[in-house]
Amino acid sequence: MAGFVPDWSLQRKGATDQRRHLEKIKQALKERLPDLISEESIVASDGKRVLKVPIRSLEQYKFRFHPWQGDRVGQDQGQGQPGDVLGKLPKAGQGSGKGGKPGESPGVDYIEAEVTLDDIAGLLFDELGLPYLKPKPQASLPQPTWKFKDISPKGLMGNLDKRRSLRENLLRNAKNGPPKVGGWRESDLRFKTWVEEPQPEDNAVVIAMRDISGSMGDFKKLMARTFAFWMLKFLRTQYQAVEVVFLVHHTQAREVTEDEFFQLGESGGTKVSSVYQLCQEVIETRYSPARWNIYPIHFSDGDNWSDADNRRTVEILETLLPVVNVFGYTEIREGGYTSTLMSAFSRVKHPRFRMVTITQRQDVYPALKTFFPRKEG
Amino acid sequence: MSHRTYPSDRDIWSLAREMGLDPYPVLFESVPAAVLYEFAAYLIPGRMSHWSYGKAYHAMKTRYDYGLNKLYEMVINSNPAYAFLLESNSDLENTFVRAHVMGHVDFFRHNQCFQHTVPDMIDVVSRHADRVRQYEFEVGREQVERFLDAVLALEEHVSPPGPVVGRTGRARGRPERLHASIRGADWGWRPEPNRVPEVKAGTEQDDDLLLFLLRESRHLEDWQRDIIGMVRDEMLYFWPQIRTKIMNEGWASYWHVALMREMQLTDDDYLDFARLHSQVTAPMMYQVNPYALGYAIYCDLEQREGRDAIFLARTVDDDVSFIRNYLTEDVVASLNMMVYGAEQDEVILKSRAAEMVREQLVRELVHGGIPVIHVDDGDFNQRGELYLIHRHEGIDLDIPYAERTLHYVQQIWGRPVHLETRADHKRLILSFDGKADSKVVL
Repeated sequence: MAGFVPDWSLQRKGATDQRRHLEKIKQALKERLPDLISEESIVASDGKRVLKVPIRSLEQYKFRFHPWQGDRVGQDQGQGQPGDVLGKLPKAGQGSGKGGKPGESPGVDYIEAEVTLDDIAGLLFDELGLPYLKPKPQASLPQPTWKFKDISPKGLMGNLDKRRSLRENLLRNAKNGPPKVGGWRESDLRFKTWVEEPQPEDNAVVIAMRDISGSMGDFKKLMARTFAFWMLKFLRTQYQAVEVVFLVHHTQAREVTEDEFFQLGESGGTKVSSVYQLCQEVIETRYSPARWNIYPIHFSDGDNWSDADNRRTVEILETLLPVVNVFGYTEIREGGYTSTLMSAFSRVKHPRFRMVTITQRQDVYPALKTFFPRKEG
Repeated sequence: MSHRTYPSDRDIWSLAREMGLDPYPVLFESVPAAVLYEFAAYLIPGRMSHWSYGKAYHAMKTRYDYGLNKLYEMVINSNPAYAFLLESNSDLENTFVRAHVMGHVDFFRHNQCFQHTVPDMIDVVSRHADRVRQYEFEVGREQVERFLDAVLALEEHVSPPGPVVGRTGRARGRPERLHASIRGADWGWRPEPNRVPEVKAGTEQDDDLLLFLLRESRHLEDWQRDIIGMVRDEMLYFWPQIRTKIMNEGWASYWHVALMREMQLTDDDYLDFARLHSQVTAPMMYQVNPYALGYAIYCDLEQREGRDAIFLARTVDDDVSFIRNYLTEDVVASLNMMVYGAEQDEVILKSRAAEMVREQLVRELVHGGIPVIHVDDGDFNQRGELYLIHRHEGIDLDIPYAERTLHYVQQIWGRPVHLETRADHKRLILSFDGKADSKVVL
């Protein structure tokens, strides 16, 4: 054993175990995604705010004493007298979530992970995918392209930039005497170099449609907003440019701004075909399916005016489906029965047509996964 | 820049021996902060892998990176002892730390709480780590981790072997054999006028929850029993350190002062040393600084009864008996010690009386500040259910925590488990059958 010196740095596990701990936090957050993504404060936030998310599953539970019962021994500066108030107790049960588990009152100081909007988005988008990306026509397939755009003092002789090299040579000579060309040195030479041109990316357009008839209340608005928020955020990570067209309708449809889209509340009946009609026009006039990935999404409570209009709506939908990537119909209602519109839609069997129902906040997450399933396409 | 030379490891060790200490040989190693903090998080190098150690490491390292705290050293109780010094320590800091380490290593060698700790624990834990890794290959990482989560939650519930020999343990038979009446009466440390050599026998197997589960659960596979055994062995190794924190840090502080005084320090170095010593013994608001308290008690005791007395204490006491026997009024006053506690929603300073401080501190230190959980019945209801009793000594359990910890007990036991305790002066039985929690107030 003499002279044996163990290499202590080989013993290291801290980094691996630390990573495992972070992985577990991530996993725990993932399990809470349905709650997290429909948190109103997140959707409304500017993305910079840090949220504290309690993670109970990572607390290291032990048999331990009640944290505030009984006395303690401590040291101070010697100035206090018996009877002096040293501080306030933390409030019992503070920070415990809604619908607290069995007697969450004493020292529940569970771990809180600090997350930003981007963290949540990252976790969510890991779970989502883009189905039915359209194959591009052969001719428009972008070739990898290079352009000579830059100049460098080193390079291949074949790429010599004669004009710039002459200029360098002349400049150097002029600094040291008569301005003339000659007496070449290696350092005078300038070469053209290439840069890779960024490939033209696919573009996408979201055509967001919303029912603003009298029956769409605050909850429905919030759900539509939450869903649209994540959908847009997700598509923006997938495409270089995502355009959004906002359409609203009651018995008539029109195009509005983003703010109006999320805020408008009007009374009146509902004629869904009107907005599908408008959607079709928008695609025909502005977004050629050959060049755009098209994602129409419609939010409604499914309370349509008549069966005749339901049939008309289905007809338009069927003409739209071949040209879009995914057409989403999101029915938002607070309980109740399947709407007539949904029954009409349920006969549409097309892989690009997705239908979901949202009746509570937690449904937003599975709805997103239905529209953007991970393994397909 | 001073060019003076500082005493070598060897010099300091010899000086320590000349002054009456008897430490194991000590091997000093300089390591970078990341390594030192890792050892501190795992408490010993090479220990098995678990995310909870990673969490501790992350927290400690972050505090270091932000300059919030600094560890100068980490010393391992083994023979030879290992002491790890922070690479960035100055020469004077290292001299100070080496002197301090001599106190620890002498303490490990002579305090009788440590008489059962093995001399080669670093090898033991690295064999444990190998076996855990092997099990991860065999049964899957998730499985092992989930099981370790449960076992580590209960790791504190072990009973160290006492000095008494001749126990015929090995009760491999049926659970019934292990029942015993609740021996609450002889547990607490009652005040006694004279000094009590207070190394507690505490050998009742039924206070050793891990040992009981290891032997009696019919639900475990071999690898699981092995893991319980390893965690238990590691805890038994650390248990004396938990029980002698004040004595051990105090002894090391006493000796870094005594040894540094013997060295020929320049005025500058002496000033730096004084600063280091006062950092280490600085009062922590509303807590007790174990370095300061232990140091003050040894100094006070030596003044009153001479150096032999402190050597005797270092050999036979643990924190509980040390405080009970030697915490005097002078020490309480010089350290501004006081008792405080909650009244309604306020924290009140309750007393500065030495007697109160002593009693309260002893209460905090009994059993390392860990609730005692006693196995009452391994065949409760004649259905193989486990019945545990928390030995209530004045303070309730944190009930939500207890409920969730009980899930871990059930995971290991495999059958329904019950825990009897008291809360708000009422008897309370918490149960978990693998699916549902229940709580009965009697």
